[in-house]
Amino acid sequence: MTTLAPDVLAPVTPTALPARRSVRAARRAALKAASAVAVLIAAASVTFFAQLAIPGDRATIILNLQNGREQKWSSSELSPVNEKFGFDHPLLTQYLHYVGGFFKGDLGTSYTQYRPVTSVIGAQILPTLVLTVGALVVAWIFALVVTVLTVRRGRAVTGIGSSFEAFTASLPHYWVGVILLVVFAVKIPIFPVIGGDGLWGTVLPVLTLAIPLSGFLGQVTRDEFDKVLDQPFITTARARGMGDTAIRLRHALRHAVLPAITLSGWALGALISGAVIAENIYGRPGIGQVLVTAVNTRDVPTVAGIVLVVAAVYIVANLLVDLAYAAVDPRLRAS
Amino acid sequence: MTVVASKQASTRQVAPGQALLSVQNLRVAFGETEVVKGISFTARPGSCLAIVGESGSGKSVTARTLVGLTGGDARVAADRLDLDGTDLLALGERAWRRTRGKEIGFVLQDALVSLDQLRRVGAEVGEPLELHDWGDRRSRPERVVELLTSVGVPEPEMRARQRPYELSGGLRQRALIASAIALDPRLVIADEPTTALDVTVQAQVLDLLAASKERGTSIILISHDLSVVARLADEVAVMRDGEIVEHGVSRQVLCDPQHEYTRALLDAVPSEHTRGVRLVRGTSPSTPRERRPIDRGRPLLEGRHLTKVYRGPDGVDRTVVDDVSFELYAGETLGIVGESGSGKTTTARIALAMLEAEGGEVLLRGEPWSTLTQRERRPLRNRVGVVYQDPLSSFDPRWSVGRIVADALSRGPNPPSSAEERRTRVLGLLQKVGLGEHQVDVGPLRLSGGQRQRVAIARALAPEPELIVCDEPVSALDVSVQAQVLDLLTDLQDDLGVSYLFISHDLGVIHHMSDRVLVMKDGKVVERGTADDIFTRPQDPYTQRLLTALPRLEQAS
Repeated sequence: MTTLAPDVLAPVTPTALPARRSVRAARRAALKAASAVAVLIAAASVTFFAQLAIPGDRATIILNLQNGREQKWSSSELSPVNEKFGFDHPLLTQYLHYVGGFFKGDLGTSYTQYRPVTSVIGAQILPTLVLTVGALVVAWIFALVVTVLTVRRGRAVTGIGSSFEAFTASLPHYWVGVILLVVFAVKIPIFPVIGGDGLWGTVLPVLTLAIPLSGFLGQVTRDEFDKVLDQPFITTARARGMGDTAIRLRHALRHAVLPAITLSGWALGALISGAVIAENIYGRPGIGQVLVTAVNTRDVPTVAGIVLVVAAVYIVANLLVDLAYAAVDPRLRAS
Repeated sequence: MTVVASKQASTRQVAPGQALLSVQNLRVAFGETEVVKGISFTARPGSCLAIVGESGSGKSVTARTLVGLTGGDARVAADRLDLDGTDLLALGERAWRRTRGKEIGFVLQDALVSLDQLRRVGAEVGEPLELHDWGDRRSRPERVVELLTSVGVPEPEMRARQRPYELSGGLRQRALIASAIALDPRLVIADEPTTALDVTVQAQVLDLLAASKERGTSIILISHDLSVVARLADEVAVMRDGEIVEHGVSRQVLCDPQHEYTRALLDAVPSEHTRGVRLVRGTSPSTPRERRPIDRGRPLLEGRHLTKVYRGPDGVDRTVVDDVSFELYAGETLGIVGESGSGKTTTARIALAMLEAEGGEVLLRGEPWSTLTQRERRPLRNRVGVVYQDPLSSFDPRWSVGRIVADALSRGPNPPSSAEERRTRVLGLLQKVGLGEHQVDVGPLRLSGGQRQRVAIARALAPEPELIVCDEPVSALDVSVQAQVLDLLTDLQDDLGVSYLFISHDLGVIHHMSDRVLVMKDGKVVERGTADDIFTRPQDPYTQRLLTALPRLEQAS
């Protein structure tokens, strides 16, 4: 047998340039981090100026809140408040102090509780994160199980799968929450009505957020799965003697999850706003409850602080999504 | 070099000359449409059967049927479909899975999409071993390296750790073949295994299949390309509309065809023998042919020391066009031929002034062209037309054919002044490219590939250009349609005296069309001269290598 000439057209191998590669990767990471910080500064600036834009003098608002009535206050009554909250400094100083404080973990002082906003929010963040991340994980599991089991399984099964996804994707959180509460806590008392943040009490709130999201992720994954199953490499795998289930799990799935991964960053952010509803329905502690109270009492620094925390979660979530995407699709790392 | 060990096959060897696979009266239908209409053939050990046909002939469906992957809603029937005594029609899904990969290897075209891009090459090549319980976790990677070595992949350990997109087209295709022959199947079916490859790489892949044949593997080669088939096949079956119209020893079918369709197909292949000859049999040009005059005075289009540099994703500059100069005279066809990445399309885009060169300039009739501003160039644009490989993506899919051509007319030096005049001139142009009145109101999506290319040519002609840049204009077409389009381009040149800058990777097409030829490699012009000089007396080693690698009909054995 003749020896074949080595392929002269082979591209330069990636391992041949390890140094340049890692430099590029480091530069990319630095760029990502810098843009994340820029977004946070922008968010902090917007929330700071939004606080100023609210009509009326801030010290007056605080005194009104404190005393529960609307009136004019004399300057001798206002000045201690101005001094306490730093409203007597020039605007630029206040702005720099706010943005700078944000990076030091200082979000100002609550108008209603006279405590730092960080301590108002702090204790509530963990239950909300547990709720939202839990919902995201559960939604992924539902979406994957339903798509893998039902995509291209004959007209009937496929129809059931995609209708299930369309139905769940269209459900509003408050409706799912109330129905789950009535069915699984009141009629069939498996779960507590008032959840608390224990594991057992977390099940229904998580499902409330997970079910609509799973339908949404499932629809996206199903579309992609359907396309991937038509790809020539699937035919190649079949021609090697691979069975249908193995093809789905070992070849198609990895390709099919890519769009849903991209959407997960957005989904995590959206879940935080959904968390407000779930926490209210189940009387569960969390950032949502704090936000509702703060909005009702016009506690602007607390609202602003929560907005910033949500922005930070968004940014971290999207960085994680980028990492996850690159882990699943190594082509991204190469380019 | 290690010969792939035949651990399983040796015990069940079919005697030479005897059929390994017998197919009798095979029929495949999707719904009401029968796409394979009763074909019969046999495949023998150590021999290659080629099934040749154009798109829609049913050749790929036949290939898939032989591995039981026709598709869920297909109906397959045959008087006989048996692989060495096993009735394939009677196999259940489980038995099919044991057969695929082990008894029958299957190679698809373009490994970029036929290998899973997200998995390592080693995992892909080793998958059949795993599926058929060959060896264990330790011995399989060794076997993968052995297989990659046997198909001529250099540095196999490293390649196995890479992913398919990190390999060149040729290496990928070899990896795909390595995976198909991993268990040394007695039958390998290759469906267009070289279609996306450059001619030199194609030659290597064909050699690889030939080596496998030498070792006793039976090969069924599916192809649209008669020259590729000539290099490898012992027997050729020509398919059209689901039927085998001619079947015989390859030398006889390719050199002395009996069936009219085979003859038409062979005539349609452009090569050094077809210069100045019509490719479509029995047709004649609209006007009596005269050798068109070429004005060798001042060049119509002139490129001077063109250079284009791109910065790659790795931050390294790559010179994709490197000091390229050319002249194109009125009435002449200048061919640019090269493999992928040679810079031929970039050169064409610079000539069109759609891409700015870092160095050099392009002159049109001796006047500045590439150095003009967009605004200055606009009134001259109509003098240079363009035809691309994929016309569909250059049309607005919602526009009718008539509107596409009319739009181009209105950009010419004398736009139609009335609706009637516009319609008459659109019809005239469509007639010139062989389309009729009934196609005026049709959208491009409802036309065939050949018709679309005709519309693209009509559009290019509408503003009465002196020059048309044709970038791979026939590469996506079947050989018979390609022949029609090439004949059309030749007729138009004879009638209108238009010049062509003709870009193609296909040496046969370039030889057929060009008066003079530039051979490009890695952005440089390695050789230039008249078509006959280049193709019969190539001076540059690269041109010589290209021509050696070029499959020819005369190679039929």
